[in-house]
Amino acid sequence: MATKQSRSAARLMMAPAVFLLLVWMLVPLAMTLWFSFRKFLPLRGGDLGFVGFDNYVRFISSSSFWPSVQTTLIVVGSVLLITLVLGVLLALLLDQPIWGQGIVRILVIAPFFVMPTVSALVWKNIFMDPVNGLFAHLWKFFGAEPVQWLSQASLPSIVMIVSWQWLPFATLILLTAIQSLDSEQLEAAEMDGAPVLRRFWHIIVPHLSRAITIVILIQTIFLLAVFAEIFVTTGGAFGTKTLTYLIYQRVLESQNVGLGSAGGVYAIILANILALFLMRIVGKNLDA
Amino acid sequence: MARAVTNQRKIINTVIAWAIGLLIFFPILWTFLTSFKTEATAIADPPVFLFFDWTLENYTEVQERSDYFKHFINSVIIAVGSTILGVLIAIPAAWSMAFVPSKRTKDILLWMLSTKMLPAVGVLYPIYLIFIELGILDSKIGLTVILMLINLPIIVWMLYTYFKEIPHEILEASRMDGATLKAEILYVLTPMAVPGIASTILLNIILAWNEAFWTLNLTAAKAAPLTAFIASYSSPEGLFYAKLSAASTMAIAPILIMGWFSQKQLVRGLTFGAVK
Amino acid sequence: MNFIKTVLGASAVSLLSTTVLAESLTIATVNNGDMIRMQKLTDDFTEKTGHTVEWVTLEENVLRQRVTTDITTKGGAFDIMTIGMYETPIWGKNGWLVSLDDLSDDYNVDDILPAMRGGLSYNGTLYAAPFYGESSMIMYREDLMKKAGLEMPSAPSWSFIAKAARAMTDRDEEVNGICLRGKAGWGEGGAFITAMSNSFGARWFDEDWNAQFDTREWSDTLNFFVNMMSDAGPPGYATNGFNENLSLFQQGKCGMWIDATVAASFVTNPDDSTVADKVGFALAPDNGMGVRSNWLWAWALAIPAGTQKEAAAKEFIEWATSNSYIDLVAGKEGWANVPPGARTSLYENPNYKDIPFAKMTLESILSADPNNSTVDPSPYVGVQFAAIPEFAGIATEVSQEFSAAYAGQQTVAEALAKAQALTNDEMEAAGYR
Repeated sequence: MATKQSRSAARLMMAPAVFLLLVWMLVPLAMTLWFSFRKFLPLRGGDLGFVGFDNYVRFISSSSFWPSVQTTLIVVGSVLLITLVLGVLLALLLDQPIWGQGIVRILVIAPFFVMPTVSALVWKNIFMDPVNGLFAHLWKFFGAEPVQWLSQASLPSIVMIVSWQWLPFATLILLTAIQSLDSEQLEAAEMDGAPVLRRFWHIIVPHLSRAITIVILIQTIFLLAVFAEIFVTTGGAFGTKTLTYLIYQRVLESQNVGLGSAGGVYAIILANILALFLMRIVGKNLDA
Repeated sequence: MARAVTNQRKIINTVIAWAIGLLIFFPILWTFLTSFKTEATAIADPPVFLFFDWTLENYTEVQERSDYFKHFINSVIIAVGSTILGVLIAIPAAWSMAFVPSKRTKDILLWMLSTKMLPAVGVLYPIYLIFIELGILDSKIGLTVILMLINLPIIVWMLYTYFKEIPHEILEASRMDGATLKAEILYVLTPMAVPGIASTILLNIILAWNEAFWTLNLTAAKAAPLTAFIASYSSPEGLFYAKLSAASTMAIAPILIMGWFSQKQLVRGLTFGAVK
Repeated sequence: MNFIKTVLGASAVSLLSTTVLAESLTIATVNNGDMIRMQKLTDDFTEKTGHTVEWVTLEENVLRQRVTTDITTKGGAFDIMTIGMYETPIWGKNGWLVSLDDLSDDYNVDDILPAMRGGLSYNGTLYAAPFYGESSMIMYREDLMKKAGLEMPSAPSWSFIAKAARAMTDRDEEVNGICLRGKAGWGEGGAFITAMSNSFGARWFDEDWNAQFDTREWSDTLNFFVNMMSDAGPPGYATNGFNENLSLFQQGKCGMWIDATVAASFVTNPDDSTVADKVGFALAPDNGMGVRSNWLWAWALAIPAGTQKEAAAKEFIEWATSNSYIDLVAGKEGWANVPPGARTSLYENPNYKDIPFAKMTLESILSADPNNSTVDPSPYVGVQFAAIPEFAGIATEVSQEFSAAYAGQQTVAEALAKAQALTNDEMEAAGYR
């Protein structure tokens, strides 16, 4: 179908975007790789020479490394799980005829527009503060001891904040998908007397699989980079240090750019393993 | 009889849906209300919901302390600028991927998306040094370019999926009529893709508006957007809930209102056309 | 012709000598109350000098990350940076800051408190001018102390503080006997526990830079702290820093609070504090080992080397850290609100003598000695920190381990073991051991 001419034109048109992204990826990547093999301490005079794989060994043998990978996976995994499960339920509910559907949708989508820094600040201070927070007042009202959210339930609290931000995204996409579901098919199943759960598993879930993949893919990309929510609330204390946060700590707090860069390389490897895994699924699903 | 049952179900569904909707929205509502309280009322125990002396003093105090409008304008310029720039670069690329696909098209797309997974903090020093070299530290241009690059993969992919939905026959027909490539893109393709482009623009403005790492670390006074504005209210001395709420409301209101008005387009955009 | 040349030349010279061209200065500062006040008074500076100021006001953690990136890369985004006693000698040593030894005679550099001047100098050269200085002391509720049937000595011991804290606690009334920092971060809980450990005879490093967290002194410090706080501290104290405790104290929810001396003006200000007229002051406690648990700190203004606007920046520093600025604030907001702890003359000023916390602030500052902060000898300078580049990173991680112990997520022994391992690890990486 495509002529030779349009092919070369196509290549030409793709060039700016590909070139820019290539530069955007390769230049920092090359610099990160370069720094990762050097002893680079800005506060001690900068680049102090080649150190081989020292930074890599040191980063991975640090006692914070594996816990941080684990924390990263927990945060990404639990937020995905929560937003998907609640998202499907909420989408099913909003798909029913209700009064004021438009307004309810506006209410539900709102958290998605809130800056991560702002939502972290608001949750931390106005809601989760163990003395003046709204939750503390609520708990006391019911005669319970207020929960010390960010110290005693630190990781669940962060998962909760992040889930609140991403639930609207999941809900809206799943809702759109459900609305496209053939209602005749559902009604037929209902007539046949298929129980609700069966209808759900055999008709709705398969239909949603594509939307679910999209949610997983996009959210994973953004969840791996979660930073503001941790920086503002716990500062990495109480077992909330993700890999991204650990790198931040090495580069900016310890001012060890070499070590941090080695961490950056590990993070890229981890992200790419996850990406490869996701891309396989998504790539397949998007072709259909 | 059947009708009554449906109505009853509708009432129950409505009540549940509204309850959940309000619950999800509550943190934002509460922040909004708190911004009109005095600092003492803001932490009152038991909390007051609506019946307090509404005051605007937090807003005047925040504006007096840190010129909201300057930050607001910067946010608008950077968010809109980076999005438009990104769309201009992405349209040709997405066009060629959608209409002249090769074996590697999908690999290129996936690779583009994977560039988004680079941890930003790992490359802060390199980027900072480059910015100094180019003299674009604390400039709107520098930030616009960075945010454009960050969001470019998403823009390309979204546009690609929209373009793919456009039937090939129409393009074939216009080619038969002897339309040039330029005319084809400008007069045939673009009008058909307007809804897709619009939702792409919307989503990316939101993403750029809320980006808080680069916008904070590459600016000082001149180019600082609302993310920097918020960083001066995050933990000041003494009681600060009301002022924090006012600053938060000011930072999120513009994008929230824009988002509400465009939520339909947004949904389409977010799903990359994969969900219809 | 000659005449014109002479006139032009003369006017050019006079321009240079009287006023530097009007510049626009970009100043990075922290969002503390005194700095926000300074920001509001900027017009006075512009009026006097013609220079305008653009403020970048950030929360402390963000500010630190921002200015450190800029100074190490010589980015030049700021003409003046607000930094502390920890950064100044390190940056000065690296040649990143403009020397402030040539400030005008009017400025009277000798008036700066010796402790502050020493802490903001490297090799005898002043690199940052103190905007305000602080130590730490006890602020306590006189009414609650009386109610508990106790009397605060002017220089109490830790055992008295623990006893008083438990006696003052009334959980039903939401009164906590004592509020202290537990928040992770070297400048937050890390600073407090380090200063406290000094009075227990502990130190960060021995003379060969070996970490000392495996010593009995550290375990005593931490156990004492955790026991006292769980009996008499506020809920969730593991996430409380300066600001959180200030709020609690102002709301009347703390019997005692040991923290920065600058807080005294906030807790005695009737506009913000519900307990303004009931606050007493005392020296930070000791343990009978000759060292008290108070720290020494200053927020100071410094000029990054390489700025194009050095002259104007110096004019600003002279304006903001001078006696006339103190007079300006006193005139507008009263003497209790002037930036404290920087100048000797302030404490000799009869107007300031009546301020209830003035004497205790000065005594606290004078009793802190960065060069001799520990009972056993140590290789580092600094009371609540060690002035080496690696300290901030290490101490933040150590304080995170401590905070996890405060929150009950691990035992004190576990926290100390981890702190010991990670400190030695990083010191080795940095080439000290």
